[in-house]
Amino acid sequence: MVTFWVALLAISILIYLLLDGFDLGVGILFLLPNSEARRRAMLGAIAPFWDGNETWLVVTGVILWGAFPVVYATVLSAFYIPVILMLLGLILRGVSFEFRNKAQQLRWIWDLSFGGGSLVASFMQGVMVGALVEGLPIVNGEYTGGILGWLSPFPMLCGVGLCLGYALLGACWLVRKREGVVRDVARRQIPVLAVGVLLFLVGVFGHALLLHLPILHRWIDRPWLFVFPAIGAAAACVLASSILRHDDYWPFHMVSLIFATAFGTLALSFWPYMVPFSITIDQAAAPHSSLAFMFWGEGLFVFPLMLIYVATGFRVFKGKLAQASGY
Amino acid sequence: MMDATALLLSRIQFGFVISFHIIFPAFTIGLAAWLTVLEALHLRTGKKVYQTLFEFWLKIFGVAFGMGVVSGVVMGFQFGTNWSELSKMSGPIQGPLLSYETFTAFMLEASFFGILVFGRSRVSPRFYLFSAAMVALGTTLSAFWIMVNNSWMQVPVGYVEQNGVAVPVDWLTILFNEVAMVRFVHMLLAAYLVGAFCVAATGAWYMLRNTYLAEARVMLRMGLFLASVLIPVQLVFGHLVGDYVHDHQPAKFAAIEARWHDEQPASEVIIAIPDEATQTNLYELKIPILGSIIASNSLTSREIGLTSFPPQDRPPVLIPFMTFRIMVGCGLLMLALAWLGSWLIRRQRLEQNRWLLGCIFLSFPLPFIATLTGWYTAEIGRQPWAVYGVLRTAKAMTPFLTAQAALTTLILFGLVYVFIFSFGIYYIHRLLRTGPTGSLAAVPSRATPNRPMSLADEESVSRHAYLEAGE
Repeated sequence: MVTFWVALLAISILIYLLLDGFDLGVGILFLLPNSEARRRAMLGAIAPFWDGNETWLVVTGVILWGAFPVVYATVLSAFYIPVILMLLGLILRGVSFEFRNKAQQLRWIWDLSFGGGSLVASFMQGVMVGALVEGLPIVNGEYTGGILGWLSPFPMLCGVGLCLGYALLGACWLVRKREGVVRDVARRQIPVLAVGVLLFLVGVFGHALLLHLPILHRWIDRPWLFVFPAIGAAAACVLASSILRHDDYWPFHMVSLIFATAFGTLALSFWPYMVPFSITIDQAAAPHSSLAFMFWGEGLFVFPLMLIYVATGFRVFKGKLAQASGY
Repeated sequence: MMDATALLLSRIQFGFVISFHIIFPAFTIGLAAWLTVLEALHLRTGKKVYQTLFEFWLKIFGVAFGMGVVSGVVMGFQFGTNWSELSKMSGPIQGPLLSYETFTAFMLEASFFGILVFGRSRVSPRFYLFSAAMVALGTTLSAFWIMVNNSWMQVPVGYVEQNGVAVPVDWLTILFNEVAMVRFVHMLLAAYLVGAFCVAATGAWYMLRNTYLAEARVMLRMGLFLASVLIPVQLVFGHLVGDYVHDHQPAKFAAIEARWHDEQPASEVIIAIPDEATQTNLYELKIPILGSIIASNSLTSREIGLTSFPPQDRPPVLIPFMTFRIMVGCGLLMLALAWLGSWLIRRQRLEQNRWLLGCIFLSFPLPFIATLTGWYTAEIGRQPWAVYGVLRTAKAMTPFLTAQAALTTLILFGLVYVFIFSFGIYYIHRLLRTGPTGSLAAVPSRATPNRPMSLADEESVSRHAYLEAGE
């Protein structure tokens, strides 16, 4: 039962990462100077998806609370400020999306809050992942770092890294979904962003070495973990070649694969800890009666339906979106 | 180290975000049911007016639903950020309940709302009606899970405590206990009344402006008739809710009644200004014996007063006392309006009575105020407990939360919410003012099930196209 819910949690996080990743990324790219026509085309490329994508954040949150209440309580309270800034960013970008075409003179406000909200939300997510990797100060299951315990250079670096990563994912999405100028601009952005992400990964690795982060020991203990970066590296090669060939379809899938391998690497480095390296999955799990109650309804029936629902949604809007359907 | 200021600010923050949030679900639960009824009537009678109204209110539903979703995301995380000790203690019970809320509401609303937006021409009329009913069921289920969840905090049942954690042992009791059921119906009726009065008020508005008269008549008739039937039922359920408070939360009951000392038989304080410093009521107006009748259905019962509880276990008095009376007052005002209005409709005299139409038009805030004050009574009256009798609010808070952090986030929430919600309400107002222009099957091509708010775009889209053409 515990394994089932860990798996569902991991799937939900990964789905969130990939889906909201691309639309947050488009939001970040939105901040770059742009014409109104191009902005509309960018928004049109994510319009049918973004709200559904964000649902997975809520799904992740409630699974975490129901199945692993200790982690929910510890992590969300430790990340008090990043979580709330992220939520406010998400709210602002969400409503800006809807309000910008209802406004005439004030459109710039909504443009700014759409891009800014996306940037803040992405940055805060990166900060939280970084702080988890670096290790939260937890003594006897109680977080002791105070309200700003997450604030240090390494998480900031990860925040920037995730913004770059999301922007890369977003650019690939635009290449996949759009044609014309928007696609050409995005295609030029991809190499720059990809190199940025690469530099970031090198930086993170160097930083981890310098700080002697405990996560490194996992790598020495579990050499098979290198399978994931290897797949990621292969995906990066395919990405590079597809960019050179001006292929529109593969870049997004390759960057998604890189994201998935990065997530897999992290998750398996943490295992069996949920909050590295102080709270294990078993320590965090809710009582069996809670897990079973969730399993026999939402876990067994609704979750698979949700997956089918998402797949159907993306099938309906597959391929290049017609320009006419844009903003 | 507990920070008293941080605690107060946290409570204000929670109250603020949830008050903003509840306005929208309260509106959409009733609206979804009303849309289903409209579609059923349209199917049965074939009258065009029902379909016009359906298309019109679907747009308003879209915006309100979107605002509810946006503000609801915050709620799922507030427990963890500000109330980490509560999250740990009650997580095994509240977590699964809220996860069911997300899963069931997501599935039903996401799937069938799409059909309401897109599917008019693609599915059979019966299936279209079924979809409307499923959206209504989704909002209703959502309310069910939330009420079960909150009722567990009011009267915790079906669990054992192990190492400071509530372990569920009897889910059936947790889900279907009497307290949860009575409160669920009370909330559902409140939501229907919100819908009924918003619809009736819109009808009155059009009637006063002498536009959309056919639609206005239907809205007035349906809204007021429904309200005249439901308000008496609501009063009964309100009384039943009072019974559970009396039995399970005597201190809250005493605070609502502003009863400082035990009385036998007890009198009922109609109005007063409770003064907590002197533990007395100023300007008190009370009726002997009525207190015992209301509380225990008896002429002689002994009713407990606040001073029988140790000071650290007493709730604030002034706020629950006042909010309860405001709620009841709104309810009685609505009852008067609904009965008077319905009576005049039956005698076909309402349309000439501009004074009453004006009152009905202005009455739409009443059900919202009643809902909010009802919640304030329940939640503030529950203090000092987060989980009644088990976990104090002061112990439920994130222990290291500082006043500065809580103040900063409170201000940020305030700024962002006021900013975006004033726009949201402005757009709803604009839709209502424009009215049901009667364009059939006017489904905007860009609205999707994932973006309910974009349903409201039509008008601005056409205007925009016009502007662009002129450029």
